[in-house]
Amino acid sequence: MKILGIESSSMVASVALVTDDITMAEYTVNFKKTHSQTLLPMIDEIVRMLELDLSEVDAIAVSGGPGSFTGLRIGSATAKGLGLALHKPLIHIPTLDAMAYGLSGTSSLLCPIIDARRNQVYTGLYHCEKRLETVLSSCSLEIGELVKELERQEETVTFLGDGVPVHRAFLEERLGDACRFAPAHLNRQRAAAVAALGILYLEEGRTETAMEHKPDYLRKAQAERELEEAKRQGKVKELAAGHSVGTGKENPGNEAEVNP
Amino acid sequence: MMNGNDVWILAIESSCDETAAAVVRNGREVLSNVIASQIALHTQFGGVVPEIASRKHIEQINQVITGALKEAGMTLEEITAIGVTYGPGLVGALLVGVAEAKAIAYASGKPLVGVHHIEGHVAANFITSYPGMSAGDISRQPELEPPFICLIVSGGHTHLVVVKDYGEFDIIGRTRDDAAGEAFDKVARAVGLGYPGGPKVDQAAKEGNPHAIEFPRARVEGAPYDFSFSGLKSAVLNYINHAKMMGEEICVADLAASFQNAVVEALVSRTVLAAREYGTGKLAIAGGVASNSALRAAMAKACTENGLQFYYPDPILCTDNAAMIGAAAYYEYRKGTRHGWDLNAIPNLKLGER
Repeated sequence: MKILGIESSSMVASVALVTDDITMAEYTVNFKKTHSQTLLPMIDEIVRMLELDLSEVDAIAVSGGPGSFTGLRIGSATAKGLGLALHKPLIHIPTLDAMAYGLSGTSSLLCPIIDARRNQVYTGLYHCEKRLETVLSSCSLEIGELVKELERQEETVTFLGDGVPVHRAFLEERLGDACRFAPAHLNRQRAAAVAALGILYLEEGRTETAMEHKPDYLRKAQAERELEEAKRQGKVKELAAGHSVGTGKENPGNEAEVNP
Repeated sequence: MMNGNDVWILAIESSCDETAAAVVRNGREVLSNVIASQIALHTQFGGVVPEIASRKHIEQINQVITGALKEAGMTLEEITAIGVTYGPGLVGALLVGVAEAKAIAYASGKPLVGVHHIEGHVAANFITSYPGMSAGDISRQPELEPPFICLIVSGGHTHLVVVKDYGEFDIIGRTRDDAAGEAFDKVARAVGLGYPGGPKVDQAAKEGNPHAIEFPRARVEGAPYDFSFSGLKSAVLNYINHAKMMGEEICVADLAASFQNAVVEALVSRTVLAAREYGTGKLAIAGGVASNSALRAAMAKACTENGLQFYYPDPILCTDNAAMIGAAAYYEYRKGTRHGWDLNAIPNLKLGER
């Protein structure tokens, strides 16, 4: 089985081709250039290096979130375009699952943390000594809440992800000897892990069509959250879509102004 | 009916709140024009929310593209090249179309042609046939060819350009402040007509007297082709506030008609002046506001009076659509424009920039 893996949910742009149990190629760049400029040229590079005919791949596995909304969409649209043109299925791999899977064989609890700003992280808890087991599935947590959860687990925990440089001191202070940090070659999102997990998904028939696929952001858009909040507080009239909007005064177009 | 020299463009557009795809033959004949509009979704927010627009694009884009191919009765293999809007627009929204178009072009081995959204609006005037066109709508005899004067009016743009050749523009006039469409949106919101403002004002104005209220007509000193709409917008808002303070009822129809009349007069006078000065004999309009019924009627009348040939796209081709992107991409393709796999979305792409 051949799987093309795509990972663009964070600053890391990564693409890989995994055949059964071998990573044939992986190209990972963790630099400021936008994924829009890097991702497809990187795919083209590994395709040429491997003298690969893309129509030979069985499926396209894409890191489906959570993560940067825009980053997720670039990976998603790339996968959907490839899937449409090649008539291949897609595999939606939860980003945090793939991150944990990258540390397969580790005996400790695995805790990928993605910085979601304002002390929030996207995180999950996993064991992956023999196979990936989810202890806590993908969610958005305040870092203090995560630490409380980890204190309840009473286990050694290995952290990885771009939340580590942001929260490392706090984690060490609170968890002491119980915390470990993955080394540089294993501590960020990687497309080979997405593709390798994709192989398992494909064996189980867990694919979706290119048309069906969409990222899983874990969070609503800010404007939606603010509108819901405003409605809850009775500050905005319930508005039927497609109808005119009263005086319009309580519905400014600017996201930030929705919640007075 | 397929000819070896024919160029078939699959075009994709996602710069704002419409997810669109189309198949266009030789830049003139539209075989399919699929548009998934998000207007209803954004209405509850009073305007387009970029993050929500981007999310909707990713959910709809494959359906829209597949639909466009199916409606055209074509397979991806039969397509010559992929055209896509890469700016200007909302960056998150543009990125969906750009990434999708690049992946399709790459995987199918087709050339990729990036298109400027506004050049697409201008190219809507090149289209001679499209699905759903009524028999009486064949106003494109003879087909429009450069050079001509084009007024580009939308929510984000008010430009007066000389189209010297396909894809070659000289900008001779522009707005100094608000775009015409922006003024429509703001006035619509102020009088409670809501979003999208252009069509709502147009509709309301049909029942009103365009001379009921005399709003000011701004001229830009020393720049005969430039526009300014912020003074007019302020005058309308002041009028509303004044009426409210006095406890007077506002006649929305009269206000809409009077405001619209002021905008239309400014647009028509400068465009006709430009067509006469530059001696092109041909005048076209483009962009969302080009579907405004009062603008179309006034421009048609002025063109007849001045012996100018008037070109205007069907309203469905004035709103954001991919057919116009396919028309523009065709002429770019013919010129040899090819974009690489590193094509990026450029939210503030300038007119005439490549």
